[in-house]
Amino acid sequence: MWALKRICSERDGRLGLAFTIAILAFALLGPLFSPDPNVLDIKARFAAPGMAHLLGTDNLGRDLLARTSVGTRYALTLAVLIVVISSVIGSLVGIVAGIAGGWVDRAVTAVFDIVNAFPPLILAFALIALYGKGSATFVLLVTVVFIPQFGRMARARARTLRNLSFIEAERMLAVHPGTIVVRHYLPNVAGPIIVLASMNLPVVIAFEASLSFLGFGVQPPKSSLGTLIKDGFVSINQSWWPTITAALVLAVATLGATLLGEALRRVIDPKSAGAR
Amino acid sequence: MTRSRRTAAFIATRLASVVLTIVGATLLLFLMVRLVPGDFASVMLGPRATPELRAQIVHDMGLDRNLVEQLLLFVSRAATGNFGEDVVSHRPILDLVLEVIPNTLALAFSALALALVVGIPIGVIAALKPGSWLDSGLALLSISFITTPTLVVSVVLFLVFAIGLHWLPVAGAGNPGDIVDRLQHLILPSVALALGWVGYISRLVRAALLDTLAELHVRTLRAYGVSEYRIVGLFALKLALVPVVSILGIGLGDLIGSSVVVEIIFARPGIGSLIFNSIAQRNYPVVQACVVFIVAFYILANLVVDMINALLDPRIAAGRG
Repeated sequence: MWALKRICSERDGRLGLAFTIAILAFALLGPLFSPDPNVLDIKARFAAPGMAHLLGTDNLGRDLLARTSVGTRYALTLAVLIVVISSVIGSLVGIVAGIAGGWVDRAVTAVFDIVNAFPPLILAFALIALYGKGSATFVLLVTVVFIPQFGRMARARARTLRNLSFIEAERMLAVHPGTIVVRHYLPNVAGPIIVLASMNLPVVIAFEASLSFLGFGVQPPKSSLGTLIKDGFVSINQSWWPTITAALVLAVATLGATLLGEALRRVIDPKSAGAR
Repeated sequence: MTRSRRTAAFIATRLASVVLTIVGATLLLFLMVRLVPGDFASVMLGPRATPELRAQIVHDMGLDRNLVEQLLLFVSRAATGNFGEDVVSHRPILDLVLEVIPNTLALAFSALALALVVGIPIGVIAALKPGSWLDSGLALLSISFITTPTLVVSVVLFLVFAIGLHWLPVAGAGNPGDIVDRLQHLILPSVALALGWVGYISRLVRAALLDTLAELHVRTLRAYGVSEYRIVGLFALKLALVPVVSILGIGLGDLIGSSVVVEIIFARPGIGSLIFNSIAQRNYPVVQACVVFIVAFYILANLVVDMINALLDPRIAAGRG
């Protein structure tokens, strides 16, 4: 509640919250106002927005409000999954590397550096092209691309913590290392990791959309914002409406998530708020 | 240590780490391709597989040798740029890559130039009146630029200016040799690619400029009655640009990475669309060659930028930056 109040106390936070709520409402409530997203209405192909189809129809006469809303839901689910999995794995690997030091630390850092040497989209491309396209595979492969960021952050925190006296004291008292990690490292790493995760959410949303647009992400019959933009783009000469709707939803979703993420950062980590 | 020796030592360390990263990236790329489940030659050729093609692939990629030999072969080829012959077009893979790379570089550099030319003034204007309505409006504008995915910007520009208004060409890179035509074909893709970086650079310049303007030597200048415009133009801006230079390396790499989307939408030949088409054809040797090029370029761009920075700001080489 306290955090929410702080977020609402500034313009960007309010805007971000409003956009995010709007997108969530659209994703969750859209199907209530529209027919089944997969029902074909061939007679009404490329229909303009109207009473029967509030946002019009696509090239197969499927209702666009329903499809865009289900697609938004799917895109957001994937993005949240990717961010959560990569932040958890990244934190654990980073903490282990930071505590262990020595060659473990050097090896982990080197792997992070190497993964970072690839432009993210290109790496995801290559991985997906080689290892397949299913939704679960997709989530895991994109996770690989995002783990290093979280890992570096967690490692840096863990290294600072390692030398602090209260942790040294626990080590002297022969507290089990696992207990130290759970009791001290995790809570101390969590703050910056949550901030980083919230800042990465819009990046991952856009990333998923780009990959799906190019045919490397979500596969039919499932749809996400990226596949909707692609489907619309293929038949752009018949109707520009489907593409613009999905593109607009995507833009609002990333803008909302970014504003909200930055507001959250200013609440959780006020020190970095100066350089706005 | 003297300043120049420190800078030299810094550059040497950076060079060594760059070499290690390139070797590591090549190794990762090699393993990525070789760990694909199934018989590699069949996976790669897919429906094209004939006994002759299979034999050619097995021979070309050294699949009949052991893994270490294969790796050495791969690395030595990557280092010399000899990627073998493409099984689809029967041309050297290097030629395919070199043919399209100028298009991608033109796109990435023009986008970067655009981002600097538009982004720096926006940042300066915002920093001159911090807290004003102009500043907060520009801040929101910059964030919108940053967050709007390149995909969305490309699609909208394509719809409005190419399909709707017919102001600019729809597809391709223009006729070779016809400069005006090529520039016209470059406008929409580079704007699409640059927009996010306009926002990014303007925010960076604003933050850095505000930091610089708060420093003591600027206060001294103000006390001497030097006008704010002279302070910014002659002194502060130069310092504020150091962080901008340091992200240019990341910027170029990112632009080349995102050029895939832009090149597909505007049907522009380039390394992004070459990778995309090669993946669609399961033509992995070409994909591999393209990725080697992109990674090498990405790493080198970062290296060059680091060196420029070390020369500009001696604190970085001393490890205090």
